[in-house]
Amino acid sequence: MSLAHRIIPCLDTDGARVVKGVHFEGLRDAGDPAELAARYNAEGADELVVLDIAAARENRPTFLETIRRVAEQLAIPLTAGGGIRSLDTARAVVRAGADKVTVNTAAVERPELLRELSAEFGSQAVVLAIDAKRAGSRWEVRVRGGRDATPLNAAEWAQRGVEMGAGEILLTSVDRDGTQSGFDVELTAAISKHVSVPVIASGGAKLPAHFLEVFTHGAADAALAASIFHDELQSIRALKEFLRANQMEVRLPC
Amino acid sequence: MKVTLIDYGAGNVPSVERALRRLGAEVETTNAPETIAKAHCLVLPGVGHCGALVNALDTHSLREPILHAISRGAAFLGICLGLQALYESSEEAPELRSLGILPGKVTRLPETVKLPHMGWNTLKLLRPTRLLDAIPEGAYFYFAHSFAAPATGPATAAVCEHGREFAAVLEKENVWAVQFHPEKSGRAGALVLQNFLRAAA
Repeated sequence: MSLAHRIIPCLDTDGARVVKGVHFEGLRDAGDPAELAARYNAEGADELVVLDIAAARENRPTFLETIRRVAEQLAIPLTAGGGIRSLDTARAVVRAGADKVTVNTAAVERPELLRELSAEFGSQAVVLAIDAKRAGSRWEVRVRGGRDATPLNAAEWAQRGVEMGAGEILLTSVDRDGTQSGFDVELTAAISKHVSVPVIASGGAKLPAHFLEVFTHGAADAALAASIFHDELQSIRALKEFLRANQMEVRLPC
Repeated sequence: MKVTLIDYGAGNVPSVERALRRLGAEVETTNAPETIAKAHCLVLPGVGHCGALVNALDTHSLREPILHAISRGAAFLGICLGLQALYESSEEAPELRSLGILPGKVTRLPETVKLPHMGWNTLKLLRPTRLLDAIPEGAYFYFAHSFAAPATGPATAAVCEHGREFAAVLEKENVWAVQFHPEKSGRAGALVLQNFLRAAA
């Protein structure tokens, strides 16, 4: 018995449709979230993340409806986020069907939010998303979709976030995001070995070898990717078979 | 099959309800003591903090109706915190008394491993249980918890391990419970729920 390494597809949405684009520019349509959710659920995804990446989030009811439609398709856990700034919004997201909520910029601005969320839902439902960019020998925390610098050191912020109630870290490498050149293994290892909670590696995935590398050398507990799954460049089942052939513990659905 | 789903505000009530409906069950969600006392098939879901569950049971006066239904022979399924609540107490809320149907105390998993125990894990079967009928050995189930029951005990049918062994599947006459989330455990989880519905019928 041992815990399987998780493969997590991510649906970036404009609230209603899945979109893709490098660094939030040149967004184009990549499909219906509920249809993709049903496909990933059947293909053996271990969890699903759905994010609202629309710059102006005036369309909150639309996103909540998207969460409901996605949850309807799933028999695996669902994490939702994007612009969650208050306990009230988080409640609406959970009521719509999310098992976990993810927060990023709002937690940097007001870390107390993590404590409020974990008191309400339990820390297992609170995912702290950290966008990290290399700055010399350390990684700095970026906010607002990776655009704005902060004075925070990623490792210290991750540790603080866990103390405040985060039960999981979703760690995105701003340098690798959208490049398909592989996960930032060094960043992932630095954070994963620094915190007591599971770490999801994100940013840069393309090849099965990238996943193997981030699980072995990066000490990641889970790995997240978007476009390689949406574009069917990589099937989840084939990825897991590759990982299992390389002695990684993965869940192949029965 | 009519299932009475105890709704005291736990986060996973809607997904448990959805999973049961997919299997063709008629689901009634309630926190009414009289409905629960008369139920034939009861499900107690839960996720989050154990104190929230135990407090909610007392706030809504659900403790006696649940115990009454079980002693009458109603089929009962506890999920996650719904399993932990069957013991005498939990280290997570030491000042509170749980349902006390099973001896022992729920304790925190060791700090030698990452907590929460989050993700898909397998089971070690100790004795046959109807809940795992037709489920292949080595099937994965989804866990999300930091506290867990003792591994050994008269009701333990299967254990899981994360830092230490703990009870993952319980069966004691008409009482069943699982530490994992069957409603989030894909096809294997749906089979567990279906097995429960059959056992309850």
